[in-house]
Amino acid sequence: MSDTTATQTPPMGALLARWLPRAEALLIPLAALLCGLAVFSLFLLTLGKSPIDFYALIYKAGFSTAFSWQNTLSRVAPLLFAGLCVALPARLGLVVIGGEGAIVLGGLAAAVLGLAVVGAPPVIGFVVMAAGAALMGGLWIGAVGWLRFKRGVNETIASLLMAYIAIALMNHLVEGLFRDPQSLNKPSTAPLPEALRVGDMPIGIDVHWGFAFGVLACVISWVLMDRTTIGFAARIAGDNVRAAQVQGLPVGKLIIGFTALGGACAGLAGFFEVSAIHGSANGSLISGYGYTGILVAFLARHNPLAIIPVATLLAGFEASSGLIQRRMDLPDATILVMEGIVFVVLLLSETLYGRLAIFNPTFWEKKA
Amino acid sequence: MSHEPALSTGAIGVEAVSMTKRFGDFTALDEVTLNVRPGTFHALLGENGAGKSTLVKCIMGFYHATEGGLLVDGHEAFVRDPVDAQKLGLGMVYQHFTLVPALTGAENLLISRADAPGVINWRAENARLEAFLDKMPFRVPLDRPTSRLAAGEKQKLEILKQLYLGSRFLILDEPTSVLTPAEADEVLGHVRALCEAGEISVLMITHKFREVTQFADDVSVLRRGKLTGSGPVSDLSHDDMAQMMMGHQPERKEINRTQTKGDTVLSLRGARASDRSGLKSIDIEALDVAAGEILGIAGVSGNGQTELMEMLTGQRRLLGGEIRVKDQPYGASRAEATALKVRYLPEEPLQNACASRMSVAENLAFRLFDHGADGRPKLWKNTRQILDNAKARIAEFNVKTTSPHSPIAALSGGNVQRAVLARELTGDVDLLIVANPCFGLDFAAVAAIRGRILEARNKGVAVLLISEDLDEILELSDRIVVMSEGRIAFETAAATADTAEIGTYMAGHA
Repeated sequence: MSDTTATQTPPMGALLARWLPRAEALLIPLAALLCGLAVFSLFLLTLGKSPIDFYALIYKAGFSTAFSWQNTLSRVAPLLFAGLCVALPARLGLVVIGGEGAIVLGGLAAAVLGLAVVGAPPVIGFVVMAAGAALMGGLWIGAVGWLRFKRGVNETIASLLMAYIAIALMNHLVEGLFRDPQSLNKPSTAPLPEALRVGDMPIGIDVHWGFAFGVLACVISWVLMDRTTIGFAARIAGDNVRAAQVQGLPVGKLIIGFTALGGACAGLAGFFEVSAIHGSANGSLISGYGYTGILVAFLARHNPLAIIPVATLLAGFEASSGLIQRRMDLPDATILVMEGIVFVVLLLSETLYGRLAIFNPTFWEKKA
Repeated sequence: MSHEPALSTGAIGVEAVSMTKRFGDFTALDEVTLNVRPGTFHALLGENGAGKSTLVKCIMGFYHATEGGLLVDGHEAFVRDPVDAQKLGLGMVYQHFTLVPALTGAENLLISRADAPGVINWRAENARLEAFLDKMPFRVPLDRPTSRLAAGEKQKLEILKQLYLGSRFLILDEPTSVLTPAEADEVLGHVRALCEAGEISVLMITHKFREVTQFADDVSVLRRGKLTGSGPVSDLSHDDMAQMMMGHQPERKEINRTQTKGDTVLSLRGARASDRSGLKSIDIEALDVAAGEILGIAGVSGNGQTELMEMLTGQRRLLGGEIRVKDQPYGASRAEATALKVRYLPEEPLQNACASRMSVAENLAFRLFDHGADGRPKLWKNTRQILDNAKARIAEFNVKTTSPHSPIAALSGGNVQRAVLARELTGDVDLLIVANPCFGLDFAAVAAIRGRILEARNKGVAVLLISEDLDEILELSDRIVVMSEGRIAFETAAATADTAEIGTYMAGHA
């Protein structure tokens, strides 16, 4: 059977083999997103609300004017970093869902280190804070990778449980050791001096530098995954760990390295949250960006470049939450319901890969 | 509910009448008529892709024939699905085991029943199973997880399962591919006895002429979907059958063995590791492979060959002793493998040597992507080089693929093996470690792969060949050792090897 097909290889075969997988990776998540939104529309209808009004409000609040874009883009940065915390380990076949923990501890580390270097030149202050946050996040998620490699502990569960530990640890420390006595209602670390607050980019709207660094991190991650031999080795190990071992590839180093790198990204998200938004570490750090990042990474098929538009879209959803609450009299959590439904549909769509005839080269060859 | 583990109430005959099966434009089966008389052992021969599987799948109801019909026990039967087939008394034993490894034999038998009870009264069921086994010509321990049974025992259990389910017509799909010759003879002997006793009729797919001559009454041969011959085995010689299978006398080109045996390349001394169960140990006291020789390691599946391979690939930690390559300690890291020019061809290459979601080109690049020609590590991946390498290897090793960008999983087994061989044999190679390289491949692919391995040997590569196929070991090796219970039990030169003697050591009886 195989010899007959090989002899009549059509010239478009190579082209199809190359582009169909990419079309598949783009169209299936897109269709899943639309299906998820359709199912969510049914949910709205049962509440007696108009889905059309709802989506129109999302557009209005998230994407219509300079002000709404500002609203959206200021929320993109943590989603970019949190998405990378899922996408980087995913290259090794690991599903890490505890980015929230690394964000929280990264933010705390940044706040504490910032206070420790008050008076130093801001450049040094920023570097120390960012490096500390990245290191903290990297250690936290890297530990998940280490447990996975050394002890075979399931990384999904370990990372989730460690996120709870991280949150408890942060609460404990800001209510105790690092508490600013001035913070009465909301236990916080002491506020960072103005010099150590990350400012807005000079682009006319108020969007802080975290956005630019998040985009940069995505681009660097893409280069690492797609253009370097390290990323190639990671793909081999992620696809078939036995083949990687037979090739003598350092599977353990790759696993720990990529999880640590993902954790470092999440730690940076914490740094930008503290330094650009909150000004100190407190309970506001536990905002769920780490969990939304999971949805971002899955919708982006763990492609770091695709994370940028997907994170922007979801940031827009989250930015519209307030307006939807006021105008449609829907609770704040409605957006979370929508994200949840989209995520479930997205996970269901995973079963479609390789099963749809239109993404199979032979389908097109027969037509030609 | 009283399920009598019905001993079949006698063999039934099955006849495929002018059966045709088309998939789109492709005719997999072209008016094939085949008659298995009640109580006979019928062999079905043919190369891979000849239509054997399609035929039995049509009989079992996995496929529905496009044209033609089926007679079961003299009556026309329409088999909608495998459940239907079972009701008619048709059963099938697959090439790969379908037992649940974690369950015991008894549990496996019980859950295979369509009417398996919701609550199991084990005392009663065990008594029934015992009564059932008493009527059988052979026994298998039913009290332990099937993962702990040897391959031969598993295959016997598969056959018992069919009898337990009341099958009166049995299809065996290459039942001996995972067995030793002795195990194969035993299992087939039992099957033969059941036929002679008039309990079952058998249709066996096989590649092995020896089994046909020894056990079958009749034989039918398929080639490219057509029946090319059929008749009593006693009327046909091996040459006749080969003629029907191949359409022409297959070329048997003996590759010259050049005498190039050189220095020792691989040597193991007192190398110990625990086995997969963790209960026993693998202990290789001394094993050497020299340049320009093929050392064949024969042995029954599950006697430590897999573990030995894992020790050599660095997947299994040594508890003692050492592995040296060219007199340097060898831990199978990438740097060591690259510097000492060690290459691997693990068994089931798609599972053990390929990344199935990556492309053919990428899979072909595993040996070269991370270092330059000078051996220095590289940071940037060179897509151009990966593609050029792929095109060259695909042409050189005749890998049939739509495009270098196709996922490697889309290739046929033979082509996956060719691709892996292309990757591992390109460049300077001093040591090649191979495990079951031809398992499940068709005639042409087997010849090509064995040719490449011999060619490497003649170029001075030291080859360690671990194989469960004794014919393959005998054909390729210069020296043969037998592995039994994790140890080297026997060594002989291939030229003077006595198959019977090897067999006794394989069976652990020496």
